[in-house]
Amino acid sequence: MRIPFSALLGMIFTGAFFLAAIFADFIAPYPLDAAVGGVWESPSSTYWLGTDTIGRDILSRLIYGGQITIFVATASSLLAFGLGSFLGFLAATQGGWVDQALSRLVDLVMAIPSLIIALVVLSVLPISLTVLILVMGILDATRVFRLSRAVAMDITVMDYVEAARLRGEGKGWIIFREILPNALSPLVAEFGLRFIFAVLFISTLSFLGLGIQPPLADWGGMVKENKDALIYGKSAALMPALAIAALAISVNLVADWILSRTTSLKGGRGA
Amino acid sequence: MPETLLDIRNLRIEATSYPPGEPPRHVVLVDDVSVSVEKGKVLGLIGESGAGKSTIGLSAMSYGRGGVRLTGGHILLNGRDIRTAPPGALRKLRGKEVTYVAQSAAAAFNPARRLMEQVIETSLSHGVMTKPEAEARAVSLFRQLGLPNPETFGTRFPHQVSGGQLQRAMTAMALCPKPDLVIFDEPTTALDVTTQIDVLAAIKRAIHETGVAALYITHDLAVVAQVADDILVLRHGKKVEYGTTDQIINAPHEDYTRALVSVRSIDHAEKPEAPPLLQVQNVTARYRGTNFDVLKNVSVDLAPGQTLAVVGESGSGKSTLARAITGLLPPAQGRISFAGRSLSADLAGRSKDDLRELQMIYQMADVAMNPRQTVGTIIGRPLEFYFGLKGEAKRKRIQELLDQIEMGKGYENRYPAELSGGQKQRVCIARALAAKPKLIICDEVTSALDPLVADGILKLLLNLQAQEGVAYLFITHDLATVRAIADRIAVMFKGQVVRYGQKSDVLAPPFDDYTDLLLSSVPEMRLGWLEEVLAHRKMESAGN
Repeated sequence: MRIPFSALLGMIFTGAFFLAAIFADFIAPYPLDAAVGGVWESPSSTYWLGTDTIGRDILSRLIYGGQITIFVATASSLLAFGLGSFLGFLAATQGGWVDQALSRLVDLVMAIPSLIIALVVLSVLPISLTVLILVMGILDATRVFRLSRAVAMDITVMDYVEAARLRGEGKGWIIFREILPNALSPLVAEFGLRFIFAVLFISTLSFLGLGIQPPLADWGGMVKENKDALIYGKSAALMPALAIAALAISVNLVADWILSRTTSLKGGRGA
Repeated sequence: MPETLLDIRNLRIEATSYPPGEPPRHVVLVDDVSVSVEKGKVLGLIGESGAGKSTIGLSAMSYGRGGVRLTGGHILLNGRDIRTAPPGALRKLRGKEVTYVAQSAAAAFNPARRLMEQVIETSLSHGVMTKPEAEARAVSLFRQLGLPNPETFGTRFPHQVSGGQLQRAMTAMALCPKPDLVIFDEPTTALDVTTQIDVLAAIKRAIHETGVAALYITHDLAVVAQVADDILVLRHGKKVEYGTTDQIINAPHEDYTRALVSVRSIDHAEKPEAPPLLQVQNVTARYRGTNFDVLKNVSVDLAPGQTLAVVGESGSGKSTLARAITGLLPPAQGRISFAGRSLSADLAGRSKDDLRELQMIYQMADVAMNPRQTVGTIIGRPLEFYFGLKGEAKRKRIQELLDQIEMGKGYENRYPAELSGGQKQRVCIARALAAKPKLIICDEVTSALDPLVADGILKLLLNLQAQEGVAYLFITHDLATVRAIADRIAVMFKGQVVRYGQKSDVLAPPFDDYTDLLLSSVPEMRLGWLEEVLAHRKMESAGN
């Protein structure tokens, strides 16, 4: 099997981002929060990407920031998908009042803008990474619930699910062995998108002061810290923005490839 | 000297296929086929799915579906080669000189527009006639085709007429611009037998009266024998045999043609009556939220190791009966007992043994198997689930089952998409068999298959019955299948059993009206059958 060039590119970049995040302590040339140079120095051989608003090395902060951004986004997306798709499949297979209760609850949560819920919850609870991940994961799970319920609805009426039911299979087998493999394609595609939304959501929260707390860095927060540099024609704010864009594109290149691979088993959904 | 209308010489049709995960592949769909149609004659194209019959049919209007290329040979229509004709010339020709009747009329009509607008559309757009002329012609065609109230029929919407009427309306659409050639692509395949015969008779009469030439594409040799003058038998895109209808039916030269002619001649001796394994008593059922009884007071029973065939047209309630027995649709009244015990009406109330002993095989093997599971998993799951088989023991049993369904080695790790239609149905049979059931419900298991493949499946089912002593509840609309496999027969009509008994009794006169209609509508593999039946019916209705 040949991996197409675009997927390979996506994998190399995604891999590089994750590796950089994991080994941040060894790679970063300077500490996270040490002012090592002047304000908004241009990129040079000492500071590859220049320095920020109080003279910290941008490359080092990008690497440490990636660690937090990627970790929180991954964890919350995984939580959102685990929770959302399980409940979505359950609602579709069970039907009746289970479906009604879950769907109306999700409607209720979705009726309020998620940023507002997040702000309210985070202003009450102590802000830690765990709370941040839980809040983002649960809010995102409502979107995943909608998608997976709709997808599973189409699958539960297939004869092979009926055959499993006639065999006497339990809910677990039907959800994980009959429905999940056939619902994977749209879910994987959605994961690529949701992951990036999660990155942006953390950035938004940080921008508002309720996300990652200083001196820790995250990419969205770094854009905010350095946004004034744009007025002076400095590139400092562009670097973290570029990082977000590069991560978004590379993750989606990989997701696209997985999507085309799973749909190519003919007869599956979306084939 | 008859005039040749369509002359196809050494036609070659190719396409590029894009198998997933592999480089694109070049495939030859039709290779070196030559055929000709004279004015006013009908040529039948016959073959199983993938034989290239529709592809050749469409080539008569120099059209290739999605990426199909007509790469070689000549297609002469009225003496002009249209294979390489420019798009502009083809536009003038299609819908005027050559028209097309598709298989599924329901999908081919625009549901938002009235029938008349659609029937006369091509005649107007080609400027063949004026609107009043076209409408007058359409009405006369409606009359010719035996449609009810021909004057006002055109004002209806497609959903307001039946499937058989819609198919005839499409025939009227094709005939309206006075074409030289009409391509009929499986026009009666989607219809019930009782409807098929009317449509077939209407098409035949219309062809004769308008003097148009036709290509008639079908997989059913008995049907084509009624309308065609010549028949071309195709297989894998190549010509098998080409001759007059009389010669093909009565004196076929090739083995493949002989097999097609003698298909459905399985002989099955009826087994004697015996105490029942399954007893359905006075079952009445309706779907939730409706107050219409889909099953009305149905009582049938079935002895161990025997076959009960449930026959009827679509909407007669035969599949609903299966759903009631399996517990998917708990009956409103009546009881079902199985192997001496009373079955819980609801699926949830049944024991694992109840479930194991009552298995089901579906019409569409494609959707009856999870596309993401291998054959090994599909067959292995009931073994694991009911008998707790694991590892080597399970693997051995899977191979045994694969041998039983005559598939042999090397299939365990394949996905359903990598199997042919017949193989898929065999795997479904193996899955049912794996549970060691006492009864298998077969819901139209052969109707989606080509005749020869269906024949193989029926033979396999009979062999398995002899080996394993399993009983079948066989749901079908095809009476030839019934003759081949049944011991007992229940004829259903509008939710009721109208005739029930041993095969020899049910299929012997005197008949009730519905059974007579059903039996006499099954096409027989001989010339002149259609005329005989119609003459017979006319006589009867005149006598009454």
